[in-house]
Amino acid sequence: MRVLTKKNIMILGSILLAFAIVQLLMSIGILNSFYQITIATICINIILAVSLNLVTGFTGQFSLGHAGFMSIGAYVCAIIMMRIPSTYGFLLGVIAGAFAAAFVGVLIGIPTLRLKGDYLAIATLGMAEIIRVIFLNMEITNGAAGLNGIPRFANWLWLCFFTVATIIIINNFIRSSHGRACISIREDEIAAESMGINTTKHKVMAFALGAFFAGVAGALYASYFYFLKPDLFGFLKSIDILVIVVLGGMGSITGSVIAAILLALLTTFLQSFTAVRMIVYAAILVVIMIFRPQGLMGSKEITDLFEFRKKDDRIE
Amino acid sequence: MDQFLQQMVNGISLGSIYALIALGYTMVYGIIKLINFAHGDVYMIGAYIGFAATTYANLGFFPALIISMLACAALGVLVEKIAYKPLRNSSRIAVLITAIGVSLLLEYVMMFFVGAEVRSYPELLTDKAFHIGEVIINMQQIYIVVTAIALMILLQFIVHKTKTGKAMRAVSIDKDAAELMGIRVDRTISFTFAIGSAFAGAAGVLVGIYYNSIDPLMGIMPGLKAFVAAVFGGIGSIPGAMIGGLSIGILETLVSGYGNSMYRDAAVFAFLIIILILKPSGLLGKNTREKV
Amino acid sequence: MSLLSVEKLTKSFGGLTAVSNVSLHIEKGELVGLIGPNGAGKTTLFNLLTGVYVPTSGNIKLDQGGKIKELGGLKPYNVTKTGLARTFQNIRLFKDLTVLDNVRIAMHMNVQYNMTAALFHPNKFFNEEDRIREEAEKLLQIFHLTGKKNEFAKNLPYGEQRHLEIARALATKPSILLLDEPAAGMNPNETAALTEIIGWIRKEFDLTVLLIEHDMSLVMKICERIYVLDYGMMIASGKPEEIRANKKVIEAYLGEDVSNA
Repeated sequence: MRVLTKKNIMILGSILLAFAIVQLLMSIGILNSFYQITIATICINIILAVSLNLVTGFTGQFSLGHAGFMSIGAYVCAIIMMRIPSTYGFLLGVIAGAFAAAFVGVLIGIPTLRLKGDYLAIATLGMAEIIRVIFLNMEITNGAAGLNGIPRFANWLWLCFFTVATIIIINNFIRSSHGRACISIREDEIAAESMGINTTKHKVMAFALGAFFAGVAGALYASYFYFLKPDLFGFLKSIDILVIVVLGGMGSITGSVIAAILLALLTTFLQSFTAVRMIVYAAILVVIMIFRPQGLMGSKEITDLFEFRKKDDRIE
Repeated sequence: MDQFLQQMVNGISLGSIYALIALGYTMVYGIIKLINFAHGDVYMIGAYIGFAATTYANLGFFPALIISMLACAALGVLVEKIAYKPLRNSSRIAVLITAIGVSLLLEYVMMFFVGAEVRSYPELLTDKAFHIGEVIINMQQIYIVVTAIALMILLQFIVHKTKTGKAMRAVSIDKDAAELMGIRVDRTISFTFAIGSAFAGAAGVLVGIYYNSIDPLMGIMPGLKAFVAAVFGGIGSIPGAMIGGLSIGILETLVSGYGNSMYRDAAVFAFLIIILILKPSGLLGKNTREKV
Repeated sequence: MSLLSVEKLTKSFGGLTAVSNVSLHIEKGELVGLIGPNGAGKTTLFNLLTGVYVPTSGNIKLDQGGKIKELGGLKPYNVTKTGLARTFQNIRLFKDLTVLDNVRIAMHMNVQYNMTAALFHPNKFFNEEDRIREEAEKLLQIFHLTGKKNEFAKNLPYGEQRHLEIARALATKPSILLLDEPAAGMNPNETAALTEIIGWIRKEFDLTVLLIEHDMSLVMKICERIYVLDYGMMIASGKPEEIRANKKVIEAYLGEDVSNA
C-alpha cells in the first residue's frame, strides 16, 4: 500500500492530534461557543476556498458564483434534515446537497465554460444571482424569510471530517493526470487542446467537483447555523471566498487553508464593525494584487518548502 | 396597448440611466480591457454628491449635475492612478480582482462615513406630468432622457471630432503603437476614466431624482446591469452601449410589468448568459481571435 | 491512398483567403517540407490540419489502416487522438510547469485510470503514474533533458524549449508529426543537432513528418519532398532539387537565396 507512506502517516497523526486537542479544549470549556463558531466558519471557508481554488487557481476558470453552489447544498441539506432530523438525515442531506450542486455545476458549466476570463466571471456571477432569485421565489425554501430551525447535527467531528476529506480528495485530483490536464488548461488552453486534452470536458469536471464541495460546505453551514436565507449567498459571499483564494495564493491548497484561518480570525475580531471589516477586506484585496499578486503562498504548498530543502541537500 | 406604451416610457427612462453607466464600462474596457467593477460605485458616489449639493448647498438640478460629474471625474482618475495603473502589465484576472476590491472599498468607506441607511432625495423638479392618452410622462423622465441624449451627443462629438477622441481611439486599437506615434497614453487613459466616471456621476444624480432614494450599496445591481448592457451592445462600442442600455431598461420594465418583478434581475442575467453564449461579441462589437 | 491527403482545402477569414484550394498528400514514412514566404499561409494550413481552424471548404483525409477518417472540422484534441501531433511556431509550452509535467500532460489521453481513481488514488493509480513517469523520462532522455526535468519550462534556454516541444508532441504517441519552424531562432550548430534528432526519432518512432521551415539548409537537407505555398496557393511541389530550380519558387522568394542553399 503506497497510501501508507511515512509522510502520509505523519500527516494523519497530526490531524488526529489537532482534532483531539480542539475536542478536549471544547469539552473542558476553554473554547467557548463564540470560538466554536469561529472554528466552524474556518472549516466551512476552507472547504469553500479549496474547492474554488480547484476551479480558479488550478484550472484557471474565473468563477464569481461559488456562493450559488453553496446555497444549493445548504437548501437541499436543510430541506432533507427538516424532514429526517437524525444523523442519517444529516449525512444524506450533505451527500444529496453536494450532488445537487455538482449537477447544477455541470448544467451551468457546459454552456458557460466556453467563455473566457472576464466574461466567464460575469456569467457565473449572473448564474449565482439567478439561483438566488429562484430560491427567493420558491415555496419550499420559504422565500426571502428563509428557513429557520434546521436541526443541528454538524459538530466539530463532522466539520473536521469533511474538511480533511475535501482537502485530501482535491489534492489527490490535482496530483493525478486529470488534475494535470486541468492545470494545463490554465497554462495554455490551445496547447492543451493540441496535446489531446478535451478542455471543455476537463473544465466542466473541475467545475462540477468544485461545486460538489461548495455544496458540502453549504450543507455543513445549514446544519451548523440552523438558519438560511437567500441573501446569505449573494455576490458578496462569492467575493468572500475569492478573497481567501487570492490571499492564500491561486494554485496553493495550503495557501487557501492558511488564508481561511487568518481571515476568519480577522472577521471574529472585527465582528461588530461590518463596514470596517469590509474596508479591511477590500484593502487586502487591492494591496495584495498590487504588491504580491501571487498571494501568500504563490502556487507552492507547505510540503514543497520541505522538499526544496531536501533537493538542495542532494546537490551539495 | 396603453399599458405597453407606458412600460416603454418607463423602460426608456430607466434604460437611459443604464446607458449612461454602460458608456463608462464600454469606454474603459475598450481602452484597457478592464471590467471596471468599481464603476457602479462611482455612480453611487455621484448620487451622494448630488444629494449633498442639493440638500446642504440648496443647489438646483443643473449645478448639482455638473458638480457631481466633475467630482466623479476626479474620483475616476484617482482610482485609475492608484489602483489600476500599477497593474497595467499584470494578468487580466489580477486587474479584475483589484477592480472588485476597489468596488468594495468605495462601498464600505462610503457606508462608514454616511451610514448604511437609505436617504431620500429632495424634490428638485416639479412633479408636473404630461398625459398623452392614457400614457403618463412625468417631468423627471423628460429630464432623464434629455440629459442622457445630450451627454451622448457630447460624447460622440468628443470621440469623433476632437484630438483627444482620436487619441482614445488610437490607444484602444494599439496602445504601444499609439505611444510610438507620440500619443500620451497615460493621459488618454486618465481622460477616458474621467469621462466615463463623469457620466456615471450624472446617472447617479438622475437616478436620485427618479427613484428618490439612495444608499451605499445602490451601485452594485445597476452597475452589473449596465455591464450587461455594454456586453449586449458589444463591449467597446459606444453606440452599442446606448442601444444595450435602452434594451436592458425596457426588458426590465416589461418583465416587471407583465411578469413577476421578483424575476426582474434574474431575467437580465439570463439575457446576459444567452448573449454571451450566442454572440459574445454583442450587437456591434468586433470579433477577436487569438493568434495561434 | 496516401496516409494523409488534403483535397482542395480553403480557409477564408472574412474577405481574406489565407489558404486557397490547396491539395497535398503525404505517404507513410515520408518527411515532407512545407515552405513559402512570410504570410503564405503555412501556419494556417497547420491550424487547419490540427483542428484549430475549421476549413471553409475542402477535405482532410487520414488513412487509418484502410479506414478513411475526415479530419476537417474535428476538435484539436480529437485530431490529436487520430495520431497527429504538432509543435508551435511561437512555442507554446506550459511555461510555469516543470519539464516533466509538460511531457506527462501530453500523455493524458493514453492514461489508463478514470476519474474515480484520480480522486481516491488506489494502487492502480500509482502503477499507472509510475508508467507515465518512466515513459516521460525516456522521452526526455532522447532530447538530453533528463537533468532538467524538474525545472520550469520557461527557464530552459530557447533551443531546449524547442526540443521540449517536440518531446511533448511525441508523448501523444503520434503517427504523423507536424513541426512548425522547429529551427527558428537556432544557430547553425543547434540546427544541425536538431536535423539529426528529427532523422533519428523518425526512424525510432516510425513517424511521418510534415515540416514548416524557413531555414532552407534544413529543408533541402532532410526533406524528401517539398510543397511551396505563396499567397495561400500551392505554387510548386517536388523533390528538393526540383524546387531549387523552379522559376515560380525563385520569384516568390525573390531576394531570398534559394539557389545557394
